[in-house]
Amino acid sequence: MKGAALRRFTGLLRKEFLQILRDPSALAIAFVLPAVLLLIIGQGVSLDARGVPVALVVQHPDALTASFTGHFEQSPYFRPLRYRDIQSAEAAMAAGKVQAIVWLPSDFSRRARANGNSPIGVIVNGVDANDARLIEGYVQQVWSTWLAAQARLQGKRSPLPLDVAARVRFNPGVSSRDYLVPGLIALIMTLTGALLTALVMAREWERGTLEALMVTRVKMREILLAKLVPYFLLGMGGMAASVAIAVFLFGIPMRGSLLVLTGTSALFMLAALGMGLLISSFARNQFVAGQIAIITTFLPAFILSGFVFDIDSMPQVVQFITHIVAARYFVAILQTLFLAGDVWSVILPNALALAIMAVIFLAAARAITHKRLD
Amino acid sequence: MPNERPEKPPALKLEAVQRHFRTNKRLVTALDGISAEVEEGTVTGLIGPDGAGKTTLMRLIAGLLRLDGGSIQALGLDVSADPLGVQGKLGYMPQRFGLYEDLSVRENLDLYADLQGVAPAIRPARYAELLHMTGLGPFTQRMAGRLSGGMKQKLGLACTLLHPPELLLLDEPTVGVDPVSRRELWQIIEHLMQTTSLTVLFSTAYLDEAERCDAVLLLHEGRLLGSGKPGEFTKEIEGRSYLASSQLSRRRLQARLSSTPGVIDAIIQGSHVRVITASTTTSDPAGWIEEAPDLRLTPTPPRFEDSFVARLHEQAQETGSSVTAMPPPLKSANDGDDNVISVSRLSRRFGDFVAVNDISFSVNRGQIFGLLGANGAGKSTTFRMLCGLLPPSSGSLQVAGYDLRKAAAAARGRIGYMAQKFSLYGDLSVHRNLRFFSSAYRLKGARQQDRIDWAIQEFDLKPILNDTSKDLPLGFKQRLALACALMHEPDILFLDEPTSGVDPLARREFWRRINGLAESGVTVLVTTHFMEEAEYCDQLVIMAQGRILATGAPENIKRIARTPETPDPTMEDAFIAVIETPAEADVT
Repeated sequence: MKGAALRRFTGLLRKEFLQILRDPSALAIAFVLPAVLLLIIGQGVSLDARGVPVALVVQHPDALTASFTGHFEQSPYFRPLRYRDIQSAEAAMAAGKVQAIVWLPSDFSRRARANGNSPIGVIVNGVDANDARLIEGYVQQVWSTWLAAQARLQGKRSPLPLDVAARVRFNPGVSSRDYLVPGLIALIMTLTGALLTALVMAREWERGTLEALMVTRVKMREILLAKLVPYFLLGMGGMAASVAIAVFLFGIPMRGSLLVLTGTSALFMLAALGMGLLISSFARNQFVAGQIAIITTFLPAFILSGFVFDIDSMPQVVQFITHIVAARYFVAILQTLFLAGDVWSVILPNALALAIMAVIFLAAARAITHKRLD
Repeated sequence: MPNERPEKPPALKLEAVQRHFRTNKRLVTALDGISAEVEEGTVTGLIGPDGAGKTTLMRLIAGLLRLDGGSIQALGLDVSADPLGVQGKLGYMPQRFGLYEDLSVRENLDLYADLQGVAPAIRPARYAELLHMTGLGPFTQRMAGRLSGGMKQKLGLACTLLHPPELLLLDEPTVGVDPVSRRELWQIIEHLMQTTSLTVLFSTAYLDEAERCDAVLLLHEGRLLGSGKPGEFTKEIEGRSYLASSQLSRRRLQARLSSTPGVIDAIIQGSHVRVITASTTTSDPAGWIEEAPDLRLTPTPPRFEDSFVARLHEQAQETGSSVTAMPPPLKSANDGDDNVISVSRLSRRFGDFVAVNDISFSVNRGQIFGLLGANGAGKSTTFRMLCGLLPPSSGSLQVAGYDLRKAAAAARGRIGYMAQKFSLYGDLSVHRNLRFFSSAYRLKGARQQDRIDWAIQEFDLKPILNDTSKDLPLGFKQRLALACALMHEPDILFLDEPTSGVDPLARREFWRRINGLAESGVTVLVTTHFMEEAEYCDQLVIMAQGRILATGAPENIKRIARTPETPDPTMEDAFIAVIETPAEADVT
C-alpha cells in the first residue's frame, strides 16, 4: 500500500511539472510577475528627497555666507537657487518652483563670529508633510555640519548645547531604496505564492478534472502535497530571481548569509502557498480566486507589513492586526538580512512566527478541503 | 444480460436518497426519496431531462456529495461510511470527461494508471488493449485538448477502465457527441459487458438510448418516475401507438390531433404523425377530425419516449401544460417558392481552421429548415453569419432580400434570434425581460404594450410574470426566450439548439408553437444535434467538419440508410450512413 501511495504521489507530481512546462501561466506568475513588479515599483518607490529645489536668500553676502551656501551646493539632496529677497523666494515657492526657502538674515555672519551660533530662517512647503519633515531634517543637518566645521576651524567646541553625533548604522547612505526593496520582495512574494496555488487549484475545479481525480483511491493530502511541492520550488525560484535583481540591479547590499535567507524564505513561501490553497477551497474559479488572493494578501501586506508604514506608529488595534499578516515577519527578516546581517534576535522570533503561520495555513487548507464537491 | 441468480446482492442499492441544495436562501430539492437497485452485470440507464437530478445522483454514488437522507450501498459498501473504499472500486467519468487538456493521451493514461494503482508491469498490455478498443492507438502523443469530442469521450472512458472497475458511472457521456462516436461508445460498452463482469450506470438525456439498456431508472424533477426493463415501459402503452396519415398537411394534422380527446401525444415523424392514445380501445378515427375524414391510423411499435410522455401526461394532468390555440395563418402558408434565405458557396476561416467550408442552400418562406450536426460541425458559425454577427470569408448570403455583406442592420430587423443558452437577463423578472427585449427592438408606447400583452397571453406567462428569470425551470426559460425573440414579429426566426435538455413535454409544446409560426408564414431555421428534432423540419442539411454532407427532406435523407436489414432507418442511422459515404448526397 505504501508503494501505491508513492506511485499516486509521483504520478500527480509528474502531471504538475508537465503542466507547468506546457502552460506558461505558472512560470509567468513565478518569474515574470515578481521581476516586473520589482523593477517597476523598485524604480518608482523612493522616500528620499534628492535634488530638492531650495531657494537661498542671503541678505548680506560675504565669505561666511558663501561657505555656508557652498555646503548646500555640495549636498546631493539640494539644488539651491538664489533669490535676491524673501518676497521673490516666497513667490517662487507659491509657484511650486522651490520646495523650501533658506534665509540667512543680515546678522548671520556677525553672530557666527561672535558666538559661533548663527540662526537661519527656514520655510518649508508643508503640503506633503512627509517631504516637509525630510527637507527640514536635511536642512538642519547641512546647517549643523556647517556649524561644526566652522567651530573646528576656529578650534572651538561645537556651540550647540547638544552635539548630535548622528551616525547612521546599516544604511549609511540613508537610501530609502535599500530598505524598501527588501520589503518589496516580501510583498511581491506574498502575492506570487498565494496566486500560484490558488489559481492552479481553481483551474482544476473549473475544468472538472478534480472531480475525476477524487473518484480514485487518491487521498486529499496527496493532491495538496503534489500541488505544494512543485509550486514551492517555483516560488523559491522566483524569490531567488528577485534577490538577484535587488543585489545586482539595484545594488542593495546583502549582509546576511544566503543559508538563513533560503531557510526563512522557505518558511514564508510555505505560509503563502498555504494561504493560496486555503483560498482555492472557497473560490473554485480562477477569476474569483485571483481577486481574493490580491485582496487578502497583497493589500494587507502593503499597508500592514511595515514595508512603508511604520508599525510602531499605528494605533494599538491595528498593530495587533498586523500580527496576522505573514508579510510583516518576512519584511522584518529581509530588511535585517539585507542591511544588517544575521541578527538572530530579529530573525529567530520572526522565523518562528512564520513557521507558526505556515503550519496554521497548511493545516487549515488540509482540514477544509474535502474529497467532496459540496 | 440481466443476472438470473437472485441470491447475488445488487451492485448498487439506493434507499430513500435525499439531497437538497441551497441557492439564494431557497432550498431546492434535487433528489426526493429515490429508492432503486441496480443489478450486477447490467447496463442501467439513468434517464431524464436536464435538471432531473442525474448528475447529483451520480456524484452521491461516487461519494462526491453528502447525503441529506437515506443511504447508498455500492458494491456492498456504504458510500457515506467508506467513500474511499468505494472510490477504489468504481470508475467514474464526469460530464467533461476529467481529462487534462495540456497532457497527451499517453500522459493522461499514465496519470490515471498511477492513481488507480495499476502495476507498471501490466501497463503495456492494458494500454494496448484500451487503445485498440477506443481506436486511439495512433494518437497517443496528441494533447488531449486537441482531440475531437468523440475521441475525448473515449479517452475519458479508457482512463476510468485502466484498473478494471466493478461499477462504472458514466455521466452523460453522449451529450453533444456526434452519432458515430455515440454508436462506437455503445459498442465499447457492449464489448465490455461481454468480456467482464462490469456493472454500468449510464446517465443520458437522450430517451432513445433507454432501449439499449438492460434496465432503466427514469428520473424527472428529482423523483423516480419509473424503473424496470425498457420493455416493461413500452409494454404499458402497447397497442396505443400509431402512425396517422391523411390528406391534411402533416403539421395541421398534428395540431388537430393534439387537441383531439383521447389522444395524449401527437408528434411529427417523417411524413406521418405519431399518435399515442389514452387507451387501447379507440373509436373509428374517421370521425375524429372534420377536415380529415380520410384519417388512417397504422399501429406502430411503442418507443421508450412514448411511455415517458404517457407517464408525464398522467402526472401533469392536473397541473396542465396549457397548449394555446394555433395563431391564425397570416399569409397563405407554404405557398411560395420565394427564397427567404439563400446561401451560396459560403466559407468562414479562422486562421488556418476552416469552420465553414463552401456551403450552399436556400430556404423558402414558411419552411422549417434544420442544420443537423455534432458539436463543432460549423452550425453555430453558419448561424452567426446568417444573423449578420460574423462576416463571411467568402461566398454570398441573402436574408429577407438583403445582402448581409451590405445591409446587415436592415436584415437584422427582420430576424428573431434565440441563442443556445437563451440569453435572458437572469437577474431581471420575466416582465422586465419582456420590456427590455421589446425596447431593444425599438418598440415604443402602445405598440410595445400590445406586444408585451400578446407575449404574456400567448406564452402563458402571467403566473410567473414577477419571478426572477434565472430561477425558472428550463421549459419556462425557453418559452420566455422565444417570446423575447418574437417581440418585433420577425419574418425569420433563428433557433440555436432550442430544446437541448428540456423534457419531452416542454419540447413538444415548443415545437407546437414553432409549427404554428411556420404555418403563419414565418421562416424558421434550427440548429440541433438532436437527431429526432430533425424530424420536425421540412428540409434539412447534415453538417460535419464545416461541410454539408446531405440536403433534403427528412424522409428522403433517412432513405439513404435503408438496407434490407434496416427497412425503417432512424435519422441517426441516416446520419452515420451519410458520414461514412464520402460523396455529398443531394436528395432534395
